[in-house]
This record gives sequence, structure tokens and C-alpha cells, in this order.
Amino acid sequence: MMTDSKTTPSAGQTVGPFFNYALLRDGDNDLTSDGKAVGEIIIVEGQVIDGAGGPLRDVLLEIWQANAQGRYNHPADAPANSGDRELDENFRGFGRTLTDGDGCYRFVTIKPGAVPGEGNQWQAPHIAVSIFAAGLTRRLVTRLYFPGEDANDADPALSGVPEEDRMRLVGDVAEGSDNTVRFNIVLQGDGETPFFED
Amino acid sequence: MIDDTETQENREYWEYEPSSQPPYLTPNYKSTVIRSPNKPQYKLPRTLTETTGPLFTQDDLVADEYDLSVNAKGDAAIGSLMVMDGFVTDEDGRPAANTLIELWQANSAGKYHHLMDTRDAPGDPNFIGAGRAVTDSEGHYRFMTIKPGAYPVPNSGNYWRPPHLHLSLFGRSFMSRMITQCYFPGDPLNELDHILHGVPDVDAKERLIMTFDPVVGVHEHALGYRFDIVLRGRRATPMVG
Ligand SMILES: [Fe+2]
Repeated sequence: MMTDSKTTPSAGQTVGPFFNYALLRDGDNDLTSDGKAVGEIIIVEGQVIDGAGGPLRDVLLEIWQANAQGRYNHPADAPANSGDRELDENFRGFGRTLTDGDGCYRFVTIKPGAVPGEGNQWQAPHIAVSIFAAGLTRRLVTRLYFPGEDANDADPALSGVPEEDRMRLVGDVAEGSDNTVRFNIVLQGDGETPFFED
Repeated sequence: MIDDTETQENREYWEYEPSSQPPYLTPNYKSTVIRSPNKPQYKLPRTLTETTGPLFTQDDLVADEYDLSVNAKGDAAIGSLMVMDGFVTDEDGRPAANTLIELWQANSAGKYHHLMDTRDAPGDPNFIGAGRAVTDSEGHYRFMTIKPGAYPVPNSGNYWRPPHLHLSLFGRSFMSRMITQCYFPGDPLNELDHILHGVPDVDAKERLIMTFDPVVGVHEHALGYRFDIVLRGRRATPMVG
């Protein structure tokens, strides 16, 4: 049964400019099941900027995250290693949206808890972000972390990013709103967002 | 023994073979020049964040979503009917069951159902060009649609995209998420396409071209094309003794 024959995964191709009618439905950017999800409801918003410094419209952004207790809604996050982290029937953890004419996006979600890392390490609360757009030949991957978290210092993914760039993965508290986290994504050049290997 | 039950998630995710994926900077595809990162990408440990992801089932679909030729709820769409049929597997060739596939495309005149597609080709009120399917336990999927037309890319020196279908797949985790395009065998525009030829490896490029296969078509009704997709991920070698 065991063979080492392995097929290379299919090549990715750009999402192109014309996909919104196929990939997006009303409410895809609200992960909270109309506010029923357990935890602190937060807004994650920001702008996508290209290498010319201009806003980029029609960017497909997808987020994937654990619930408020740090549990992923997926069988790989199995009870054996879940500890006290319980599933929330009102929280799936996946959201999608599109940047508007000003390059802006907005998600309504809950703040994720810390989740297990390798060994007995823990990861700081974070949200995984996928970015697809015309002019991106395939997916870009990054992560959003939260300001003021002590656990950021020891986070295994954040530690792999040069120190001077780490702050670019930590969202900013928006002025005048204590539940809004701002996270701009700069594709290229000055202030370029650190991206991870896909 | 390998336990193939759906809930067993003991998988490993290899890095993509670089030549099998298009580099972010592909100068012939002009808009990559100001949208591709300058810096290299950092290593990401394979944590629960990456080995989990949104899951789907047949229950997420409504009737006829797989049939783009009728799902605009009007009369028949204009164009040549075709079936697109294939299997989704992991890198070990094992079925990728319950994988959501989203399909979108231009109509038979090469025009998208999108406000920003302003070129002078006719829309088709009976064709939206969007559909979804979820693979069965064998990793099998099937769409009915009409063959899309080629379309010119504005201000690009009369460069026409070859007829193609756009596909989005999730697989079992964040690591297997991918979006691609597939092409028609024998089309002269394939050789000239900057997006298809952004893939360096010849074999990887050819695997984005469907196979003409009357067997999966419908007799005297629809042409048949086969397209198989491999998602990242393979079963981890089980620990023995
Ligand atoms: Fe297209």
C-alpha cells in the first residue's frame, strides 16, 4: 500500500478582476452569526495598497481563525489536544470580502483566543489572511496579530519575521473605537507587509 | 494500516515545488510588476492554523448550482454546451472528498457578468457564468456549462486571453486552498498566454489544459472535457510499532 509516488499539486493562476458575482455572498464578511458567537466582537478593517502607493480595488480577502477559546472548527483540532477549548456552534471561523473602490475592506468577527503551537508552545491570538487579486499570480498569505498582547513576543510565526517588520503584522487600535483593529496590507515597496510562504 | 476515515487529519504539507507555481513577479503579465512583493516570503511553521480550514458538504449547495447553462433561471444560455468532469486528489493520489469547487467564466462571446467588463461584446441574460460543486467520496465533480469565448485584454497590444474557466478550491485546510484557471486543448491562444506561461514547468503548465473526452460528454448534446486537480497535502506516514 505504501508508495512514495507523489504528484505535484496543480499550478495556481490569478483570480483575475471579474469574480465577485461567483465568490461573494451577502454577509460573508460577518463571522459572528448575527452577533450570536461567543466572545468579544471586533471589527477588522483596512486598506490594500499596491507598489505605486495607490489603493487596490477588487482584492479578494479571506480570513480563517479560531474561536474566542482558541479552538478551530475542524477535526484536526481534535479533543485530545483541545484542552478546555470548546467549539462554538455559532462560530465557523471563515470569512470573505472584497476591497471597494478605495481599496478598503471590513470584517465583523470575534477576537480569537490563543491556540496551540508546536510542542507545548502557544501561539498568540491571530487571524490567517489569504489575498487574491488580479496581478497576483497566486495567493499571498499573511497573519494579523493584536496590539498589546504579551504572547506576541514568543509567537513562533511572528518570531520568524525580522524584528523591524514585525509591527507591520500587528493591527492598530482605531482612533475613537476600542473594538476596531486596523490592518493595512501593502503589497510592495515602502511599508511592505511581511508575507509568508504559501 | 492507513486509516482513511474523513476525520483522520494526520497529514503533511510539503512546500510547493517552485517551478510548478507561477512566480509573483511575471513581467509579461504587466500588473504583477507593481503588485508582487519585493521581499522574499518568510517561513511559516505548520501549526493548527494552517492544518485546519473551512469544510463544506453537498448540503452547502442548492439544486442546479453545478449547471451554469440553466442556473441563471431563464432560457437556455447561448453557446456550445460542455461538461467539465474530473477528480480532485491529494499529492498521493487519494480522493479529496467534500471539496468545494467554485467555477466562474466569461459567456460564449468572451464577456463576464461584471459591471467593469465594459468591452463591446454581448451579454447573455441567460448566462451568469458562476457555479459550485462539492466532490463526492471519490473526489469526483462535474459541471455543465457552455464554452467561454476568448477576450482581448485592454491596452495590451491585441493580446487575447484564450478561452478558460476559473476555479477556486478549498480542500481540507488553509494549506490546500488554491485558485487556478484551466484551458482548452488545441487553442492557438494558449501558446501566447502570459498567465498560463507564467508557470515555469512545462508539465505543470500542460496539466492546466483540459483533455477532450467525449465519454464524459452527453450524447448529441454536450461536449466532454476532463480536468483533474491535485491539491497540496498527503497522508503522513503512519507511525509503526
Ligand atoms: Fe478570465
